[in-house]
Amino acid sequence: MPETQHPPRETAISGQEYLAVQASPEFQELRNRLRRFVFPMSAVFLLWYFAYVMLGAFAHDFMAIKVWGNINVGLLIGLGQFLSTFIITGIYVWWANRELDPRAAAIRAELEGGAA
Amino acid sequence: MTIDVLAAAGAAVGNPVANIGIFALFVAITLYIVIRASKKNTTAAEFFTAGRSFTGPQNGIAISGDYLSAASFLGIAGAIAVYGYDGFLYSIGFLVAWLVALLLVAELLRNAGKFTMADVLSFRLRQRPVRIAAATTTLAVCLFYLLAQMAGAGGLVALLLNVKGSLGQAFVIAVVGLLMIVYVLIGGMKGTTWVQIIKAALLIGGAALMTVMVLLKFGVNFSEMLGAAQTAVSGSANEAVAKRDVLAPGAQYGASLTSQINFISLALALVLGTAGLPHVLMRFYTVPTAKEARRSVVWAIVLIGAFYLFTLALGYGAAALVGPDEILAAPGAQNSAAPLLAFHLGGVVLLGVISAVAFATILAVVAGLTITAATSFAHDIYASVVRGAHENNSVTEDEQVRVSRITVVVIGILAIGLGILAAEQNIAFLVALAFAVAAAANLPTILYSLYWRRFNTRGALWSMYGGLISTIVLIIFSPAVSGAKTAMLPNVDFAWFPLANPGIVSIPLAFILGILGTLTSPDDEDREIAAEFEVRSLTGVGAEKAVGH
Repeated sequence: MPETQHPPRETAISGQEYLAVQASPEFQELRNRLRRFVFPMSAVFLLWYFAYVMLGAFAHDFMAIKVWGNINVGLLIGLGQFLSTFIITGIYVWWANRELDPRAAAIRAELEGGAA
Repeated sequence: MTIDVLAAAGAAVGNPVANIGIFALFVAITLYIVIRASKKNTTAAEFFTAGRSFTGPQNGIAISGDYLSAASFLGIAGAIAVYGYDGFLYSIGFLVAWLVALLLVAELLRNAGKFTMADVLSFRLRQRPVRIAAATTTLAVCLFYLLAQMAGAGGLVALLLNVKGSLGQAFVIAVVGLLMIVYVLIGGMKGTTWVQIIKAALLIGGAALMTVMVLLKFGVNFSEMLGAAQTAVSGSANEAVAKRDVLAPGAQYGASLTSQINFISLALALVLGTAGLPHVLMRFYTVPTAKEARRSVVWAIVLIGAFYLFTLALGYGAAALVGPDEILAAPGAQNSAAPLLAFHLGGVVLLGVISAVAFATILAVVAGLTITAATSFAHDIYASVVRGAHENNSVTEDEQVRVSRITVVVIGILAIGLGILAAEQNIAFLVALAFAVAAAANLPTILYSLYWRRFNTRGALWSMYGGLISTIVLIIFSPAVSGAKTAMLPNVDFAWFPLANPGIVSIPLAFILGILGTLTSPDDEDREIAAEFEVRSLTGVGAEKAVGH
């Protein structure tokens, strides 16, 4: 990959430009969207995880209730943690590809294009 | 049955020559690939980050290779075989933790950093003190983790190679350590990554094969296997073991309120530790963009999740087919559950394959830890501190590579020494301690740096040093080190902290110290640099690019 495809970095964009971008509505939109997604989602999976941990620590009898053969509630909730992890991963990737990447790319193109 | 008796009597299982032969084949193949891959290892970006040229899927496989250590394979399968459900709790914590890395850390970190975790943490704070602190915590986590891996190597040697004398064990550990040094010196990050990829494929493939075999023994009826595992445990000659309900939580951590809180403490460290593990974070620099970093985490989550589901089957399968008495009597005790199960399922050949995989696992993880520690030492401590330079520019990157190569040798020798000293410790527990340090010393500062604009240098230093010191002090004065039969020093008692896992105290403490340190010092950061950091981390502007080919 020839060097010329990328404009010279770091020196090319001034601190003033970064401040301007940081204050721009496009960047604020990107930043807010990211936070509005990842913070609540993190709260959800951490609460669900700690609910599970609490049940594992204090509710042995509940976890031992047999549901089907030797498969008990504890095992099902444990496997549910696997399932929820896979699902949240899928949702995040779908969301980030749609919502984050185009916005970040647009800001990047403007900054690097303008600096070249 | 004679074989069972032999194994229970402490003899090596299987054929040591076959075990060594298969491992030697792995070494020969990976060494060839490492040498081929390392032709271009001239620049710092090549040596430290493999030229940022790996794809997301490749890096995802390598991450799972880095992450699925001997503790996961031997430790968790063993814990499930002996304690049942409580062993499963480890794997859930280890897996859910990846959501923290995916949602909160991976992409922003990739955009803002260059070689090490300290690059990101010191970006908008005062360079020198923050760099030193981040490098210190990096080295501490790597050292704890190395200790766990080398302890695993010692136990494995006794079981698989029939090397029982301490001199013989020391010799084999030294061979593993020297091999690791060779890999890292020749291969740099690129060679190390290829070793991780090959090892991950072998490990996950081997575990999948064993899972299929063990399920077939029970007519693909998981419930029936669980029943057989409970029957085998209940039939144990050891009364304490026989009383366990291995299908429900509580066998390991349910005895008292203290042990229940200890368990919650462990769970906290597991879920918050992963995103603070420096050797995992460094892997995000081997891909060209944040989007590839995201893809690599997705691959890692799928592979790691699948692997932990396999260990669930392997653990209960080992309990059902091998039995807890034979496992506990074997050299290496519960860590030997998976190899013993392999022998029951596939005889000498499968045992040879699985032991080679286990050695490869230790080798690969140790290599990943060593290159991380060496990079951090050369890039963060040597370049910006020992040489007293204000900016990194005065120490050339070539010189950083030279320094890190020397560091690799020093750490390798240190790891060999530790491995010889640390045999017989429970490796899942040692890894849990490394996670506790990572969660307390690294994660608060990483999250504050990325998401809290007001965060400043004092907050970072208080949080990192406070988290590191409180974790280590609490461990030293915990029943894990003294005052209990299972402690490292069982004959003395200076323990006053009741929990073996310190996370429930040290992790919140580190988060609070970060806030206190920040609010008690002026908000004097450079607005332009802070803006650059935020814009770069979110958009990837000016991020380190892949090295051209």
